Amino acid sequence: MSEQTLKRVDLIFGEYSNIKYKVLADTLKRSNDEILKDLLDSGLRGRGGAGFPTAMKWKFTAESPCDERFVICNADEGEPGTFKDREILLRVPRKVFSGMAICGKVIGAKRGFMYLRGEYRFMIPDLMKELEIYHEHAQKLGHDFKIEIRLGSGAYICGEESALFESMEGGRGEPRNKPPYPTTSGFMKKPTVINNVETFVNVMMIMRLGPEQYKKLGTTDSRGSKVFSVSGDTPIPGIYELELGMPLDRFVDEFGDGDTKAVQVGGASGFCVPRKKFKETVIGFEGVPTGGSMMIFNSSRSMYNVLHNYLEFFEEESCGQCTPCRVGCQQLRKGIVAVKKGEKKANYLDQLMKLSESMKITAKCGLGQSVANSFSSIVNNFKEEMIY
Amino acid sequence: MTDCQELIKELADKYGRERSSLLPILQGIAEKENFISDSCMTDIAKELDLSAAQVYGTATFYSFLDTEPRGKYVIRVCKTITCDMHGKKTIIQTLEDMLKIKIGETTPNKKFTLLETNCLGWCHEGPAMLINEKPFSGLTPEKVHDIISEYINK
Repeated sequence: MSEQTLKRVDLIFGEYSNIKYKVLADTLKRSNDEILKDLLDSGLRGRGGAGFPTAMKWKFTAESPCDERFVICNADEGEPGTFKDREILLRVPRKVFSGMAICGKVIGAKRGFMYLRGEYRFMIPDLMKELEIYHEHAQKLGHDFKIEIRLGSGAYICGEESALFESMEGGRGEPRNKPPYPTTSGFMKKPTVINNVETFVNVMMIMRLGPEQYKKLGTTDSRGSKVFSVSGDTPIPGIYELELGMPLDRFVDEFGDGDTKAVQVGGASGFCVPRKKFKETVIGFEGVPTGGSMMIFNSSRSMYNVLHNYLEFFEEESCGQCTPCRVGCQQLRKGIVAVKKGEKKANYLDQLMKLSESMKITAKCGLGQSVANSFSSIVNNFKEEMIY
Repeated sequence: MTDCQELIKELADKYGRERSSLLPILQGIAEKENFISDSCMTDIAKELDLSAAQVYGTATFYSFLDTEPRGKYVIRVCKTITCDMHGKKTIIQTLEDMLKIKIGETTPNKKFTLLETNCLGWCHEGPAMLINEKPFSGLTPEKVHDIISEYINK
């Protein structure tokens, strides 16, 4: 192997401790301040894609005055090209439940929930088995924190945290206005920590290794490792745990099929990076952030078809609550079809770009706001494919 | 009491009668009855002391909570980008030919419904589909043939 090979990491999927829930047992003996300090020192940022510092989220929630607080694990993985949470929950569910239970201690919550996407219902029997083991150990350790599983029903938008709360409360999965943020008003309007599946595993690993060893991985802005979901035109699709902060050209050298034209980083709501920008693009919070989705396209693919597929996805998954997103997604899709068919002139694309920019600042939640990411990065870099 | 009313009562006893119990109850009905009828939604509203409009609003929001009759086996084929790139079209063609129905339709014997759906999270092994909750990935026309033949004989 050449020295170009990306460093593989075995943090997330590494083996369990010999003694069940040992890290949880050890961590429960420590003070909340010590735990928060370790999390802060580790530099851990949320693994769902937005990258909010985990220690701060927990601290704010713990400090919100209230009689009841909740921990929620967001397992509503729905971003096209992402399948890492499924793999984590299939292979190391114990680490996820440990991370949630540690959070329960730190913020003073007695109940935790895992919101699992409906598409992953087949995993429930195995998760319930592990939960039984967890509850046995929690009881032995005197840790009063129960975890329940709630199931989604095929709505991408429910991965947005406030839509997820609405869904858990029995409503339509329509995002709320922010602020207030979940740290003060989340599930049932109570202070809530909501973190991605992978974030909870990272917490557990930081508790096991200590922040110093954890920090050895990654770059200053992007500490630790990340689980990547690699798909598309690659001879080796699958799940890979890699260090954060890698340049995209090295990623393509390793995973591409030799004919890579573009990489969609961060799923349909992320950015499309064309070949000429591979070298200068860094994968991480300092460059292009990603929840883990890396979709590779080779030169046989029409980027028009790719964009059309994304827009169709957004149009269907938009909750329909706010006009910019509901109407904007439809108009963007209809617009690129009209340009392709020659019904509109090529400069109509400029107008569509303006529309996507308006959506970015006026849409209520991340779904509508992020449509512009893939739209502008594909239209700008592959304009001729949109027209001819 | 109708079958649906009994099922609602059973589910409400299990999940509670709070507003937050609504989604698990709707999911339970969709699983057993294959869809949630209008009369069933009214009954749920009564049981949970909600308005029928609230129940309807929630039920119609979610793509997996079907509000029109579906077959015993609901097939949902992923149509998102990587599955699309790796031959979703031929998979759908194979299913349509075998079941003699189009996307969105149910077989006359009410055994199968064929639908498309958004990303199922099997992008690395596309094309993929769900039959009820069970995922199938790495599909080829031959593989689909074998799977469906097995279900036909179930």
